[in-house]
Amino acid sequence: MALDKPYRDVPGTTIFDAEQSRQGYWLNQFCMSLMKAANRERFKKDERAYLDEWAMTEAQKQAVLARDLNRCIALGGNIYFLAKIGATDGKSFQQMAGSMTGMTEEEYRNMMIRGGRSVEGNRYIGEDGDAQAHRQPQGSGRTA
Amino acid sequence: MARITASVYTSHVPAIGAALDLGKTDEPYWQPVFGGYEFSKQWMKDQRPDVVFLVYNDHATAFSLDLIPTFAIGTAARYQPADEGWGPRPVPVVQGHPELASHIAQSVIQQDFDLTIVNKMDVDHGLTVPLSLMCGQQDPQKGAWPCPVIPFAVNVVQYPVPSGRRCFQLGQAIRRAVESYDEDLNVHIWGTGGMSHQLQGPRAGLINKDFDNRFLDLLETDPAAAAAIPHIDYVREAGSEGIELVMWLIARGAMADVAGGPRPRVAHRFYHVPASNTAVGHLILENT
Repeated sequence: MALDKPYRDVPGTTIFDAEQSRQGYWLNQFCMSLMKAANRERFKKDERAYLDEWAMTEAQKQAVLARDLNRCIALGGNIYFLAKIGATDGKSFQQMAGSMTGMTEEEYRNMMIRGGRSVEGNRYIGEDGDAQAHRQPQGSGRTA
Repeated sequence: MARITASVYTSHVPAIGAALDLGKTDEPYWQPVFGGYEFSKQWMKDQRPDVVFLVYNDHATAFSLDLIPTFAIGTAARYQPADEGWGPRPVPVVQGHPELASHIAQSVIQQDFDLTIVNKMDVDHGLTVPLSLMCGQQDPQKGAWPCPVIPFAVNVVQYPVPSGRRCFQLGQAIRRAVESYDEDLNVHIWGTGGMSHQLQGPRAGLINKDFDNRFLDLLETDPAAAAAIPHIDYVREAGSEGIELVMWLIARGAMADVAGGPRPRVAHRFYHVPASNTAVGHLILENT
């Protein structure tokens, strides 16, 4: 019998469940390794060579090299693990989160200061909120 | 005997720690956040807890995907602030309370909660940011936190996380465990994380003030109703990381009214948007 996954109909959201975790094990463990300063240095010196030390898929490695966090998450990454890449790059959590929306850093920051993204239209796939697939990317990313 | 006299609820946003550590607390962006904790710092000095039982979540710091305990209690004598990728926060080492922690572990497991016992781990911003907010900044070497802390880590990273109902029941078991400890100790229990926020995907930045304030209302007056909220409601209404709020229900379950005592007194309530990606909520309840 299939597992109960009621969270599949939330737009713009991937829930890190056992299935995602299994798929992303090595991607996330690579991220974990960046908590050691010596590993951060080795990664920064030659990203590709460092990634090749891990049993990640080629698609996962390409997503990391491109810093495409949405793609990393689709391939099993979890944001708390992926945040170690951001930390290595000197990026804040806000910069990382914003990068997944298509907005510029300033656009995203201003949205938060105005009270954040509204839940209206963003509860279920098929509504018309700004997180829905047909409205991506957001902000100036839309015209870039 | 030991007694839980109060519970504290607060968000634990990493950027708050960074703002403190980099001396940005007086900037217009941050001033309203820290202003909300001025009362709390004085309250901590007045209350002088002997031990803080601190419920938080580890953010892929002490626990990688190699090991994912649902509930983990720290029974160590001390815990080092972790290097989360930016270098460790410049805050004092956290002193534990191994005797009370071991006592609680044994009692709670005997009450059918299968805790993981942790004798060695580093603690991340989930634990140190609430300490900084409530106790003010401390010099990492010369300073110290005002009392020992028992870290209690909850898995809210890999779904399914424990349900609100389970967390609420666990809090009740923790209260019984504390009250069966002979030494007279003034114990505070803190629930941290939340409030509404989402850190991932095109829906990143979601904030839901109505949900958050209703949750705060329920926490004050009808915690059993708050405990009945299913996972999917947190995800849909409060963002994928808003699910951290289940941890507040552990602290709330430990209050006296849940066991038939009087309703707690609301000492302080604060809400502000934003801190980085997150809505900051803060509540202090005292047993009367």
